[in-house]
Amino acid sequence: MATPKLAPFTGDEITAYAMKQIEPDVVAAYPITPQTEIVMNFSQYVADGKVSTEMIPVESEHSAMSACVGAACAGARTMTATSANGLALMWEILYIAASTRLPIVMPVVNRALSAPINIHCDHSDSMGTRDSGWLQIYCENAQEVYESIILAVKIAERADIQLPVMVCQDGFITSHAVEGVEVFEDKAVKDFIGEYKPRFSLLNVEKPVTVGPLDLQDYYFEHKRQQSEGITNALKVIPEVFKEFEKAFGKKHDFVDGYRLDDAEVAICVLSSTAGTARGVVDNLRDKGQKVGLLKPRFFRPFPREAIAKKLSHLKAVAVLDRSEAFSGEGGPLFSEVKAALYDEKSHPSVINYIFGLGGRDIFEKDIEKVYTDLLEVAGTGKIKEKIHFLGVRD
Amino acid sequence: MTKKGWKDIPIGGLIEKGGTAKEYKTGDWRTFIPVKDEAKCIDCMICWVYCPDSCIKVKDGKMTGFDLDYCKGCGICASVCPVKCISMEKEKK
Ligand code: SF4
Ligand code: SF4
Repeated sequence: MATPKLAPFTGDEITAYAMKQIEPDVVAAYPITPQTEIVMNFSQYVADGKVSTEMIPVESEHSAMSACVGAACAGARTMTATSANGLALMWEILYIAASTRLPIVMPVVNRALSAPINIHCDHSDSMGTRDSGWLQIYCENAQEVYESIILAVKIAERADIQLPVMVCQDGFITSHAVEGVEVFEDKAVKDFIGEYKPRFSLLNVEKPVTVGPLDLQDYYFEHKRQQSEGITNALKVIPEVFKEFEKAFGKKHDFVDGYRLDDAEVAICVLSSTAGTARGVVDNLRDKGQKVGLLKPRFFRPFPREAIAKKLSHLKAVAVLDRSEAFSGEGGPLFSEVKAALYDEKSHPSVINYIFGLGGRDIFEKDIEKVYTDLLEVAGTGKIKEKIHFLGVRD
Repeated sequence: MTKKGWKDIPIGGLIEKGGTAKEYKTGDWRTFIPVKDEAKCIDCMICWVYCPDSCIKVKDGKMTGFDLDYCKGCGICASVCPVKCISMEKEKK
């Protein structure tokens, strides 16, 4: 195992770098803030002859995902990247990619959806696509982005999964901040992902196939049942990919990342970059003797119910922080699912929700400290005064 | 034909052969059926050019009838026929 090389990258730059090392057969993409630098940097690799990828500069994200579907059906290892309204414009084709079981990998740089127009981070874009059949990985920093993209290729292409994967990072916070990233050798990445062996290829005239046929009352349901099995399989077999990754690169991955939870009484559950800020707050409060912890789910699809329940069920109170509003009137999407995950447990903590950071609103340590203070009160009194909070909004 | 269960079919709606549209007889969507008056037809082939489903049957330069497995009863042939020898009649099923 060669030692990884430490080099400075923004989240977008390391995404393009990972794509360069993966060297997909086809990339079809349209630039959109804050994903733009991914497309820009990757196009440069193509222009400089650093990769042999067929780059398709399309006229919209609907076309980007359509071209990806076509390329994947032709048997190409295929990638794209997007953000916000771009992801929304792909909507129709996202479902087609997942239902046709095409292992496309798509970095998503999380950004708020309009209106009003906003280019900054929240998770409303990818959370909106949570029922599209794509797997979703959420990343805290550039290092996680890098490793997750490489992991995603392996996961997507597994014969027992065959589903597309989004690798999400926080817009600007991660995508535009420079961090030191340990990068692996090109060859090590190529060896890990291996040669792509597509399930079928429209270009193979020896074995003609029909893709995307009309599928009515007689077989559509069976195909959906298979898709559901694909997601269940993903939960079962992704840990094998984690092991292979660890063997190849010496880095551990898991569905969830727990921090100081074992003897904790209360915890915050949050995705992506905010987990980094929260970890610092946990350390500060621990120094003051408060029994606080943190859970950062890495995967949202498949939803790692057991892993989450195992980490949280022993606590007295949990706050789920959602960087998106689901407009159900019942809190954010992560809150709903984490709460449901705990329902089957013998005993479970009180669970409250904080919607935060919409449209890139900053979240500070003092905001997270306030959540822990609220949590300790809930744990102490056993009473929830308010279930859904809006953290950092002006009254 | 007994239908297969979800474990016995390829994933993703894939069909492991080509040209399968041929097996799907779209003619059963039809409400109206084209009927030709043989005596008036001049075999000009205009209906053959216009039929969107390639359902005009031709043999030895003669228009011989309609492929009713795929004819969807749109009436374009009746509309374009220069001698108006095709009429669209309600199909009895
Ligand atoms: S009715 Fe329409 S589909 Fe049928 S033969 Fe005429 S043009 Fe073709
Ligand atoms: S268009 Fe009319 S006249 Fe011409 S071939 Fe068809 S049915 Fe006959």
